[in-house]
Amino acid sequence: MHDDGVSRRRRRRAERLVTALLALLLFVVPGSAEPQPIAIGYLGQTRSPPMPLGPLDHFAADDGVQGARLGIADDDSTGRFLGQRFRLVERSLKPGEPPQDAIRQFAGEGITFVVADLDAGPLTQALAATGAERMLLFNSRASDDSLRQEACRKNLLHTIPSRAMLADGLAQYLAWKGWRHWFLLVGPHPEDQAMAAAFRRAAARFGAEISVDQAWIFRPANGRADTGHVTLQTEIPAATQVADYDVLVVADEADEFGAYLEGRTALPRPVVGTQGLVATGWSAVNQEWGATQLQERFRRQAGRWMMSSDYAAWLAVRSVGEAATRLNSVDPAAISVYIRGSEFLLAGFKGQGLSFRAWDGQMRQPILIAGSRLLVSSSPQPGFLHQRTPLDTLGIDLEESTCKS
Amino acid sequence: MQVLIVIVVPLLLSALAGPAAAETIYVSNEQDNTVAVIDGATMTLSATIDVGRRPRGLALSADKKILFVAEGDGNRIDVVDLAKRQIVGQLPTGADPEFFVVHPDGKRLFVANENDNLVSVVDIAAAQVIGTVDVGVEPEGMAVSPDGRYVACTSETSSMVHLIDAGSLELVDNLLVDTRPRAAAFSPDGKRLWVSSEIRGTVTVFDTLTRAQTGKVQFEVQGIRREGVQAVGIEMSRNGGTAYVALGPANRVAEVDTGTLAVRRLYLVGQRPWHVALSDDQKHLISANGNSGDISFIDLENDEVLKSLPVGRGPWGVVVGP
Repeated sequence: MHDDGVSRRRRRRAERLVTALLALLLFVVPGSAEPQPIAIGYLGQTRSPPMPLGPLDHFAADDGVQGARLGIADDDSTGRFLGQRFRLVERSLKPGEPPQDAIRQFAGEGITFVVADLDAGPLTQALAATGAERMLLFNSRASDDSLRQEACRKNLLHTIPSRAMLADGLAQYLAWKGWRHWFLLVGPHPEDQAMAAAFRRAAARFGAEISVDQAWIFRPANGRADTGHVTLQTEIPAATQVADYDVLVVADEADEFGAYLEGRTALPRPVVGTQGLVATGWSAVNQEWGATQLQERFRRQAGRWMMSSDYAAWLAVRSVGEAATRLNSVDPAAISVYIRGSEFLLAGFKGQGLSFRAWDGQMRQPILIAGSRLLVSSSPQPGFLHQRTPLDTLGIDLEESTCKS
Repeated sequence: MQVLIVIVVPLLLSALAGPAAAETIYVSNEQDNTVAVIDGATMTLSATIDVGRRPRGLALSADKKILFVAEGDGNRIDVVDLAKRQIVGQLPTGADPEFFVVHPDGKRLFVANENDNLVSVVDIAAAQVIGTVDVGVEPEGMAVSPDGRYVACTSETSSMVHLIDAGSLELVDNLLVDTRPRAAAFSPDGKRLWVSSEIRGTVTVFDTLTRAQTGKVQFEVQGIRREGVQAVGIEMSRNGGTAYVALGPANRVAEVDTGTLAVRRLYLVGQRPWHVALSDDQKHLISANGNSGDISFIDLENDEVLKSLPVGRGPWGVVVGP
């Protein structure tokens, strides 16, 4: 009897202990073993395929978001050693849909970092939406200089290069080549006008002379028409019949006519700009500075090459990851401060560390000068000096900035 | 007697001036798909060996009769017989091998597979991958402790150095280092681990056992901006007192006092030195200069660069053998 009582008491005590331990486990384990992931929002736009020019042109509906996804995978591979997890929350706007609801949803989910893969219009609306003021947005698509100038915001960073940076990168290369006389050919759209303005600014900065400044006045032709080349073979020489120049600089962001120029101009001259030899933040042809590994990772994930919007979205997500790594913290406020600070330096497969300009939130980065199959060069070019860093010879410098935010 | 002195003195002088006799330097030419063979005594190119595509990492076998050459684009390691000066075999490695080390047991290679975020362990005799270790994104630099206990691997995008138990192939620790780490090196006594950072231009030094950071070297070159000073290859002197660090686009090799971590001097070499190696007598240092297609011979007794020797396009790795 006595023995039974003791063993019963012992058993009950043991049961109580087990229950308590279980309860403790239920409360403690999920929190410690499974860290709260850092959620990063991605907001894109549904885009319709443009009129294809050639049979090799490939339209990727997932341009941009694939870069953000790869950024999360890279952040996670590092984070697993530090107990940090990352998660992408993807939203996409239908054509014409305003971004306010999506931003409100992000805010409701407690999301601080948003990759804004948006054109300038929706991006401006997103910044004005309720909840955006507590977020840090990364512009991974819009190259508009106005977003870095008068329309700049304290909570807006840009991982896509501005038009001024692209034009300066190209102009430095043309200066290095000694191709000083430009024939500027400008498309009909406001974006083309903005790109042309950046080219004119770059020409003035780096000592080039725009010998001919002309608008492209033809309607977009359908290059796929059978024997379409016959028409083009007569039209393009007529359209480029101008006084002598060294290089044709084309501003055609919508890709409507620029591709028709190479090999068809009246004078035998190279074509550069938005077609031909292009200035870009990223290109599938880059295999230097260890880029092969990034390109391969991307191709395995997306089944296609990495484009400049993919790269800009990747930079945005990696910036958050890099800051979390360096701080060994998932605190959004601390991460936001660190990203904008002078200690921040991101490795971006372009040969040197990348950081954000304090005066307008633009990521300073080399500009690739890319041919159709190989990388031709990377700017800044040797000899273009700057009191802070040669990277600041590209784009709007501190002294020129009109950003008041 | 006079005659004897006349003959002997120049002989002595020439022996003192050049690197030790019967020494051979091997340099991988990343863009030429060759390994350059350089006679150490005369500092001249004696042969080039055709190897696989995009050769980078190099290492000698324990008996120094075989040179292993990592084929970055060939996904394997070439086995080069140094007597025949030709490829006599191949080892599997997994994808995109860049750098590797021969374990002191002489039987295994530890290879960084840059594309797969893996370190592969290769049995040399069986020509088989016998194990893998998951590491961070883009593993690159490899080092093995002299006692063979630890293998260190840097991961470029994760900015870490991973310490692997060479026996159990378990990860012992993952240490955060500066951005885009490239090379790792253990001190000869195994007590310190050095890791270079390309983007920050630093070397971080750890205590191997406690894994505490014991110091950091920030390289600076007068007249070159911060982003132009990048730290890549590391070579330790046999007595452990000096480390040599290639500074990439700064076109310099730094000589670092391992005790004080002070930079004693900078040597101006060719363009973009990737890796450096010491001669067996420790009197000469050779740097492989990627952009100028040459190697630089540095005389460490007189602290001067003796000679540049063109060896091919894209010199990357360098080792010194008998």
